[in-house]
Order: sequence, then C-alpha cells, then structure tokens
Amino acid sequence: MSDVLTQKQDELDILIEEQGYDDHFHDHHHGDKYQSNFIGHYIFSMDHKIIARQFLITGIFWAIIGAAMSIVFRLQLGFPEADLTWIKPLLGKWIVVENGIGTLSPEFYYALVTMHGTILVFFVLTAGLSGTFSNLLIPLQIGARDMASPFLNMLSYWFFFLAGCVMFYSLFLSTGPFSGGWTGYPPLSALPQASSGSGTGMTLWLISLTLFVVSVLLGGINYITTVLNLRTKGMSMWRMPLPIWAFFVTAVLGLLSFPVLASGFFMLMFDRGLGTSFFLSEIFIEGQALDRVGGSPILFQHLFWFLGHPEVYIIILPAMGIVSEVLSVHARKPIFGYQAMVLSILAIGFLSFIVWAHHMFMSGVNPFLSNFFVVFTLIIAVPSAVKVFNWITTLYGGNIRFNSAMLFAIGFVSMFISGGLTGIFLGNSAIDIQMHDTYFVVAHFHIVMGIAAFFGMFAGVYHWFPRMFSRFMNETLGRIHFWVTLIGAYAIFWPMHYLGIAGVPRRYYSFDTFDAFKHFGPMNQFITIAAIVVFSVQILFVINFFYSIFKGRKMKVKNPYGANTLEWTTPIEAGHGNWPGKIPSVHRWAYDYGKDGKEFVPQIIPMEEGEQAGDAAH
Amino acid sequence: MTGLVAILIIVLIAVIVVQIGRLSEIAAKIRGEEEVEERSNNKTAVYLLLFLVAFLAFCFISGWMYKDRMLGYGPHSAASEHGSDLDGLFNITLFWTGIVFVITHIALFWFSYKYRAQKNRKAYFFPHSTRLEIIWTVVPTFVLVYLVVSGLRIWNDVMFDVDPEDDYIEIEATGYQFAWDLRYPGPDGKLGTKDFRKIDLATNPLGQDWTDPKNIDDFQPTEIVLPKGKKVRVRINSKDVLHNFYLPHFRVKMDAVPGLPTYFVFTPSKTTEEYGQQLRDYPEYQELADPTDPESAQRWEEFEFELACAELCGKGHYSMRRLVKIVEPAEYEQWLAEQSSYYMSNIRNTENDPFKGQLLDIEILERDRELTSEFKTAIDAEESSAVIRLKNVFFETGSAELKDDSKYELNKLASLINESEGISVKITGHTDNTGDNDANIVLSKDRANAVVNYLSDKGVSGLTAQGYGSSQPVDSNDTEEGRKNNRRTEIIITK
Repeated sequence: MSDVLTQKQDELDILIEEQGYDDHFHDHHHGDKYQSNFIGHYIFSMDHKIIARQFLITGIFWAIIGAAMSIVFRLQLGFPEADLTWIKPLLGKWIVVENGIGTLSPEFYYALVTMHGTILVFFVLTAGLSGTFSNLLIPLQIGARDMASPFLNMLSYWFFFLAGCVMFYSLFLSTGPFSGGWTGYPPLSALPQASSGSGTGMTLWLISLTLFVVSVLLGGINYITTVLNLRTKGMSMWRMPLPIWAFFVTAVLGLLSFPVLASGFFMLMFDRGLGTSFFLSEIFIEGQALDRVGGSPILFQHLFWFLGHPEVYIIILPAMGIVSEVLSVHARKPIFGYQAMVLSILAIGFLSFIVWAHHMFMSGVNPFLSNFFVVFTLIIAVPSAVKVFNWITTLYGGNIRFNSAMLFAIGFVSMFISGGLTGIFLGNSAIDIQMHDTYFVVAHFHIVMGIAAFFGMFAGVYHWFPRMFSRFMNETLGRIHFWVTLIGAYAIFWPMHYLGIAGVPRRYYSFDTFDAFKHFGPMNQFITIAAIVVFSVQILFVINFFYSIFKGRKMKVKNPYGANTLEWTTPIEAGHGNWPGKIPSVHRWAYDYGKDGKEFVPQIIPMEEGEQAGDAAH
Repeated sequence: MTGLVAILIIVLIAVIVVQIGRLSEIAAKIRGEEEVEERSNNKTAVYLLLFLVAFLAFCFISGWMYKDRMLGYGPHSAASEHGSDLDGLFNITLFWTGIVFVITHIALFWFSYKYRAQKNRKAYFFPHSTRLEIIWTVVPTFVLVYLVVSGLRIWNDVMFDVDPEDDYIEIEATGYQFAWDLRYPGPDGKLGTKDFRKIDLATNPLGQDWTDPKNIDDFQPTEIVLPKGKKVRVRINSKDVLHNFYLPHFRVKMDAVPGLPTYFVFTPSKTTEEYGQQLRDYPEYQELADPTDPESAQRWEEFEFELACAELCGKGHYSMRRLVKIVEPAEYEQWLAEQSSYYMSNIRNTENDPFKGQLLDIEILERDRELTSEFKTAIDAEESSAVIRLKNVFFETGSAELKDDSKYELNKLASLINESEGISVKITGHTDNTGDNDANIVLSKDRANAVVNYLSDKGVSGLTAQGYGSSQPVDSNDTEEGRKNNRRTEIIITK
C-alpha cells in the first residue's frame, strides 16, 4: 500500500502547486528568523507545531503528578492500616509516624484530592488536550501557515507554564497546598482559619489559576480568529473536519466562561485580602464571630459552575472531535451524519451554558429554580446521544483497522456511553438528592470526562504522533496500554457506582466512623489495586512516547493512514509555514472515504465532472 | 539503598518493555508487515468481542453480588416516605439507561468485530441518513421527557416546604468544624431566635437570644430522636463553612450554608428497630458487629441510622457523625419528657441570664402546680399537721418587705386556703445563723407577719405568724448553699 501512497503523494504535491493558493509566504521569510536558533526554535517558539508539543509534554508531566497523587490517596482509602513510612522521604511531615506505622495526615489527604482535581481538570485535560490538538490541528487542517497571532499563541503557552510553576511551588508549602476541593468553595477557601491549606496554598492556587485563565483566553481568541479568518481557499465552514469544529466551539466556550470564573476568583481574593464579604455571612470560627455579613457562599458556586459546566465540555468536545476523525479514517468510512455531528457540537456548546446549577441542586438554591436546570440538563443528553449513535453507525459497514488510535477511539465511545448514561441519573434532581456528593458522582464524571477525555487524547496522540514527530509510536506497547487501561479504568470506576448507591460520600479520608460506610474494605482495596495497575501502564505509555520520539519507526510517506485532511499533505518534516510552496486549496469535505469505489479522496482533489458532493446536503 | 534498587528495577522494566516493543516490530518486518497487520487486526477484533461479553457479564454479576449492600435494593429500602419514590425513579432510570447501555455496547463491539478490515472488502459509503437520525433524536427525547416529568413531579413534592397549618415537628441541625449541634423546640413547638454574634462556645454554642421566650424551653440533645410517621422539618444551619446534612437511609441531603438557613422536610417511615429486623435475614448483616470480639452482637442487632456530612468542610469532614433514632410515638413522648432545656440547665440565674432574679411564667405555672399538689397531699395525709415551704416568697435583703415576685405564690396560696375547710394555717419565718440572734428572731417574725398581712388582704382569715430566727435550721449553716436553704418561709397546716 505504501508504494501506491508515495506515488499518489507526488501527484498531490503537483496538484497543490497547480491549484493551491500563493500567499507569497516564502517571499517574506527568508532564512526564517523565527527558528534561527535553539531557544527560538524549541523554547520561545512561535510555531504552532512546537507549541502543541510543548503543551503536550507539559500536560504529560502534570498528568503523571496528578495521577501519582491519586495513587497516594487511593492507598489511604484501600489500605488505611498499611504502613506508609516508605513515602516519608517524599512527603515528609505529611506522613505521621506513630508506633512505627506511618499514616497519611488528613490535611494532606484533602490537599492531594484537591490538587488531583485541579491539575487533571485544568492542566491536563484543558491545556494538555485542547492546547495540544487545537494548536497542532487548527492551522494544519484548515490550511493555514500558522495561528492568526503566533506571538499570542506563544504567550498562551508561557502563561500556562507560569501557572504550572506557581501551582508546583504551592505543593511544597509548609502549610500545604490548597485542600478545599478543586471547586474551591468559600467559606472554606476564603478563611485561612478554616483549613491550613486555605492560607498561602489558596493564595497561590488563585494566582496560578488566574494565570491559567489568561492562557486559555489568549489561546482561545487565537483559535477562533484562525478558524474564522485563515481557512484556505475552498475550506468553507461546512467542509471543516470535525476536530476543527470541536476546537472552535471549545474555544468559544472558554472565551465566554473563563472570564466569569476569573471574576469569581477576584471576588474571592478580595474576601481573603481586602475584607469584603461577597461570599461570607454570619460566620463564627475559631471562637470568634467574624465581622462579615451580607454575602452568599452560593454566589461563588454560581460563578464557579458557570465556568465549571462549560469546562467539562471544554474537556470533552476536543476529545469528541478527535475521536470522530480517528473513527472515520480508520473505519475507512465517512463520519456518519456530519451535519448532525456539527449541529450537536453547537447544541451541546449552547446548552452547556444553561445547565450549571445541576451541580447545585442540594446547595440551598431555591428548589423551584432547579426545575429549569433539570430540563436543560436532560435535553443536553439528546445531542450527546445523537453523537454516540453516529459514531457507532460510522463503524457499521466499515473496513476497520485496529491500531492503537482506533482502539482508544472505540474505547472512548464505550466510556462516553457508560459515563453519559449515569449523568441521566444525576441530572434528575430527585435522584440527585440521594446521589449528590457520593461515589456515584465520582464514578460518573471520572468515566465521562476523565477517562473518556483521556481516551480521546490517547487516540489523538497515537494518531497524530507521526505528524508531530515524524515517527510512529510502538504498536505493541500501544495495544498493551489500551487493553490494560480499558479494563483497568472500568475496574476502578465501575465499583464506585455501587459505593455511591450504597450512600458512601466522596471526599472521605476514612470510612471507619460510619457503620453505613465502613463495610466496603475489599471493594476499596480492589479499586486501589486497579488504580495502581492503570497508573503503571500509563508509565509504559510515557516510555513509549519518549522512546518513539527518538527511536520510533520512521514515517516514510506523507499520508500513512490514507487520510483526506490537509495535515497529511505537508512534508514529513514540516517546517515553519507548514507547506513549502503554495497553500493547498480545498475542493470537497474531509470524509470522502470509500466513495465511488475509491478508498479515499483527499480534500485537495478537485471534484470530478458530475460528481455529487459526499455530504449530500450541499 | 532501597531507593536505588527501586530505581534500577524501574529502569530495567522500562528497558525490557522497550525491547518487547522493538522485538514485535522486527518480527513484523521479517514476516511481512501486511500479513502481520491482518493477523493482529483479526485478533484484536476477537478481543473486542470477548471484552464485550466479559464486560457485560461483569456488570450484571457484580451488580447482583452487591445488591444487598446498596440502598434501594435488598434489605435497604428507604426509611422515609418520599425515599421510596426516589428509589423507584432510580430504578426506572436504571431500566431505560440499562437498555441503551446494553444495546449500544453490543452494537459498538459487534460492528467493530464484524467490520474488521479484510483484504478484499471495501467500506460501505454511508455518509448519512435523515430517517435514522430523526429516529435517534426523537426516541431519546421521548424517554428523557418521560424521565424529566416523573423526576420533577417527585422533586417538587419532596422539596415543598411545610404548610404552617401542617402537623409537623421542627428541629434544627447546625454544622460546624467538625460536628453537629442539634436543637429541639421544646414544649412550645417553636425554635427560638439566634444570632451568630451571641455564640459563646462555653455558655451559648448556638448563639440563642435568651430574651426570646421561645428559646427558654429549647433543648440540645446529642442524638436525633424522632417518632415514626410524623412529618419533620429540619432547619439546617452552619456556623462556619459549608456542611451538608445527609441522612443516607432517609434519602435526605441538604447543604448547611452560613448565613442562609436551609431546610429539608421528610417523614420517617420505619423505626430503627424495624429497619434492623429488615436486615436480619441477610448474611451481610449476620456478621459480627465487631469482628475482633466473638461475643459481639450481629450487625443487624446493632443497626443505627446515621447523620453524616456530605460537603467538604476541612480535615475532619469524614467524622461528623450523629446517631438518628426513630422510635414509636409513645416512646418519643417519653424521651421528650426526659429532656431538659438548655436554658434551664445551663443559663438560668447565671450572669448570662437576662431574667436573673425574676420569675419566668413557666416557673410560676410549674410552682402553682407543685404547690397545689403539696397542699393537697398535706390535707389528704393522715398526720394532723404538715409543713410546706413557700419557695417563691422573697424579701428585700435584711428587711421584711415582700418582693414583687412573691405575689404569684401567695395569691395561689390564698386561693388554696380559701378553697379548703377545717384547717388552720400558721406562717413561720426562719433565718440563717449569721448576725445577731435577737434581731434574727424579730426579722423572721416580721417576715411571717408580712405574709399574713398579704394573705389577709386576699381574704384569708385566721392565720397566725411566728418567727423562729435561726433556731430550726434544715441544713448546715457552714455553707452558703445551706444558709440559703435555712432562710425560708413555711406554712404549717393543721387539721
């Protein structure tokens, strides 16, 4: 097959030169001053492809830290009586040794839980996922030389990096990092007397996440501008590949919701430092009545979840886009119902702004108000269901290649179904009375936006690794990675549903106090062991990743998968500007797979006379 | 050293893993990539199918195994009236989502298997189908509408606040780091007002306003005790950070928010004992409650409902436990009668008591009842004479002038004497042993006379008065307590 592809490639290159659009790019960039030295090329790079790699590798760094934290607190939950003295060299005073037995201190347990959530949600699944693939794919798939503003794009990464530095520093404070949950609800987060982590730890948490918001906004405005303005000739919105639609809507969501979070953060900072009472009222703590009245802790929850709910779609939409592309390419079939997929992304994006209070059914908001949020929350299941059915139908009648990318895409669909369906329980406020803040919720969101998003990310990394590093990742290791992760992830989170239905609350350091919660020891052990296994196999992925960067199988042809999208028309080692000559122009949608007996028809190939567009809608 | 060994082992494993990966690549090259690809493609397709079967089996078997431990299943039916509605809705949702879960998973993995790449097959060009898409937009919409409507009907029923006309008990739970304070309204059925500025951990943990008469009878038990079958409104408060009032067996959960009282209304439908009985037939609950003690009772015998916190509130979040006891109404009444008000036992006549030195209505009523019964006992007794101490008759210090508060007791006494026939009553005054003895005798005589004069004004005749000074102590004169007891006014009833 590779010979055919090589031969075809040459024809395609000629086609780009004949049909492509000449933007005189190379007339202006003699010698390419942006990439002239090591620092300019690899560190303060303005090339979107390098920035994508920076996001990815930073994301991997944080993912390892965040996941390792979960292993430590899972040890506490699965083996509360085990001796943890052996981690003392790492955790220091947070391991309290008594009678020769080291135990994790409750303060640090909560700090770990909090940091795990913050790191995974923001640093890994927002920056690491959307940052990586938006940067890599938007210019490549729409046929642009780079982002609209490469400089802002670079700043976006460095603000993220700075945010990471501040958060990392906070891990080593003597009072510990913030420990009030990743949602940072006041008054716990506002009052240093309420918890040791709410002192300097919380200050740094707020600074770090504010920097992160800046990063997201800089990135987002760039993605939007690029998608709207820099599409190549012929690339109408309705011809964009689905990942681009997903990244575009993600960026819009981020741009509209992150400022609201930032405003909440500022008010919280004022409450902490300037004596205001936005979120505080009638508090008696540490033997003292505070002189703060009139605020409402619930206001913060509204501001937080106005971001927080779109945030879960900011995480999952890019994964959905990636999976749609990967499924279609490797099933050798067009994605089923392209227009419905786009419309459902838009519908999800819109609805994600009017469902936020479903996180707050039991928080003391007027129960009447919850009626609306129940309705919108369950409506959002409809476009999600459409997407699932379309993915499955994409497989129907395909000629499926099972490589690691495809396996993770299939795994994503399974996870998204399992986790999405439990959302229907939680979105119904009456059931939420019982399920709220139990392990059922933990199971639900980990499967649907944790594991599923990771599966989408893995699918993307395996699929586009050759595009990033001109080499392939090792398939055998990739499959081991897939199977252990798939089975292991279900082994971790499936039993948590049972814990939740049994009423076991989340964020408990120990279950021994309550007769109703303490009899699940074996199950908690099972979960912990599964978590350790899954964590180890992620290390395998990391080894495979870095090994393959340098030693992986070389990419010999430009378009190894026989894909239609533009990123596979660039040279194997694409430099700054992506295409050496003209920018390719586009003549068809991205999903002409198996059409008219041809295995695939790239977007740059002109329509033949009398040929019907693949997506019959236009 | 151990660290070094550990690092070496990790490095070794990494090397091995990489070698395995390389080996497979080299093998693929030798055998011919396409053939290897096809074989591994087929194998993977079979694995996916096997995974489907194993996964679905795991889901059903594990669910079945754990059903007796989960709320709503096996013995764990809801202990409140609204709880069974919630459990029912849960099961309806489980039914519908279960169907979708199974069908979509079978389709996903079956298609993956069936349409695995084969050399001579071409993929079927099937970009869209309006009819199919309409079907799977409309069908989920109908199911979801059904679930929303059933859900909201239950939700609005459950969350509806009580009507003031309803017959309900209102209690209060206040969360703080890291426990709950509980408060019951006492006989008046009303919780008194409070203010966080009045909180004093030693004397007033809830910041109750003692000038509010509704607070006088409020009591603060250490466990929640409630009668079966009676509607309860829990007023939920927090002193410091967010907490959550969570009663798992009753399907009750609501955040406790500082500055914003919340509530939850529910009706317990099973007593603790009944719920324990429900558990007794299940092996999980026949285990020993304390596995280390072979003498201990079985779990179902020790069953208790529990109150937990379900909103992260700091390092002690996991330990905010209180017991909840549901009892028969008669037992509840009995328990209520045993409780003593926080004000009466901790505040009354301390420096924090705004009514210090004054009689409260409730005390007057109580004393009226007491005096009546003492008077009756004296008259019905076989002995010809009886002594009753006039507890609430007070004089200004060192003088025989009656204090205002004495009138309640004396008025009652007057009516009691007037209602009885054939008795004669003598008023006696007593002092402690401090001061001049003669003066004490004069003072006690004057005080007895003052009482006689007051009673005479109320139409009581034939009374006599006598002053004994300190000659008839009833207690030791060596302590302040004892001297206080010795300063007294009594009546002697003779038939």
